[in-house]
Amino acid sequence: MLRNVSFHLERGEMAFLTGHSGAGKSTLLKLIALIERCSRGQVLLDGESLNLAKDRQVPYIRRKVGLIFQDYKLLQDRTVFDNVALPLLIAGYGHHEVSRRVRASLDKVGLLGKEKKYPAVLSGGEQQRVGIARAVVNKPPMILADEPTGNLDPELSAEIMHLFEQFQQVGVTILIASHDISLIAQMNHRILKLDHGQLVGELNDETR
Amino acid sequence: MKHVNKKPGKQEPRWQTKTSGGNFVDKFHAYRGHHAQALFSSLGRLVASRFSSAMTIAVLAIAISLAAGFYILVVNLQQLAGNLEASNQISLFLKDDISEARTNKFANSIRQNPDVQEVKLITKEQALAEFQSYSGFGEAIKALEKNPLPVVLQVQPKNSLENEQALQALLEDFSRSAEVDFAQMDMQWVKRLKSIMEVARRGVFLLSLLLGAGVLFITANTIRLELYNRRDEVVIAKLVGATNGFIHRPFLYSGFWIGFFSGVAAWFIVTVIMLILRQPVETLSRLYDSAFHVLFLGFTETLALLLISSVLGVVGSWIVLHFQLQQLKPE
Repeated sequence: MLRNVSFHLERGEMAFLTGHSGAGKSTLLKLIALIERCSRGQVLLDGESLNLAKDRQVPYIRRKVGLIFQDYKLLQDRTVFDNVALPLLIAGYGHHEVSRRVRASLDKVGLLGKEKKYPAVLSGGEQQRVGIARAVVNKPPMILADEPTGNLDPELSAEIMHLFEQFQQVGVTILIASHDISLIAQMNHRILKLDHGQLVGELNDETR
Repeated sequence: MKHVNKKPGKQEPRWQTKTSGGNFVDKFHAYRGHHAQALFSSLGRLVASRFSSAMTIAVLAIAISLAAGFYILVVNLQQLAGNLEASNQISLFLKDDISEARTNKFANSIRQNPDVQEVKLITKEQALAEFQSYSGFGEAIKALEKNPLPVVLQVQPKNSLENEQALQALLEDFSRSAEVDFAQMDMQWVKRLKSIMEVARRGVFLLSLLLGAGVLFITANTIRLELYNRRDEVVIAKLVGATNGFIHRPFLYSGFWIGFFSGVAAWFIVTVIMLILRQPVETLSRLYDSAFHVLFLGFTETLALLLISSVLGVVGSWIVLHFQLQQLKPE
């Protein structure tokens, strides 16, 4: 249940969403990814209201949003390559284009050379990198990450966050839900704080 | 990205509903490639779980072969019945003590009947000769002191007399005559057989409908299990922007393969059964001097069998996808 939540993310901006468990971080991300629909108010993505999107349009909207999860949500019976290639196959890319883009994406997250491995043999950090590679392979204008470092140790967490910063630098809008206050406080980005479904505070460069 | 408390605008959003990237030819190749990939990967999954696939296909094949087997049985019986001409001929068996003159007079009186087309007289001697040549009891009959066979009048009613009740009235009319021992409609059993065949044909049709529905539901349940086993994949595919068409495709192909292989297996079952039955049936038929030959499933029938089973497989999986996929939402 979210109430009185109103904010605007600029194109290419990176922001954190924080708050206690059950504060509504995941719900907010789900509204943007159209996993859930809002009963009141509206969500605008790229200037368009998501409230008006019809069910058959939902898949095409999701292709504009790369999703990253705490539990990575990788297919265990597919290789790293096939996992990352999935969004491209869905979007209908040709064989060569898929191959080129998957390798480029894996290169960005530092996993080139592990295409043929299965997720189970990779470490947690590496699996999350696969998840990130899959989220960015289709070059979406926006990335949503729900507790992306929730299962990782501090060192790996910091690495993952720096990876996100690299994507921000090439113009991707990024919203990361995380309750790891100490980690996100070190980083120089806007922080939105939710409490019991309400937006209670905002930290940015000026108020920091 | 905004989240504001404002009424949504009325204008239609301009979400592009076409896939992005690549030119048209590239897209077409990718689309075709994806179909081929779904076709063969679903076949691969079927082979990978060969034990459960084999059991499902066996159950379906038995159901389909029951329907196809009864169908081919009726086709064969129809061929048999088709050789027999149904006629309205009535046989009048005359009493033993009637003189030849009286027999002729009686025959002539029947000829005068407006409902009668023709009357044929079969004397005791003719009947005996015929009986000897057909039955193979020649020697035994020769041993008899007296010809036991009655005089028979074969009455052919007018063709216009198709009405069953009018025929029956005529028959009763004849049987009341003092000269007649008993009257019988010769080929009534052929008519009865043909009626039975009609019942059997409809019965097979209804049975096939039931078995077809069974095939549909068994396929649906198999696909439902597969959907359940692969729900993670479905949810993830949905999360990264898969359309329902994309998600349906491999399952529809699975349904197709299951149906197709069941059809092939059913064809083998029916053919093997017919091969086993052919020899005794044709021996039996030769004993009756009949030119009856066992009919197998022909080319068109085989094609129809495979087509119907494949379509049932696809429709069965479509039903499940249509009703179950809604429930498979992310989270």
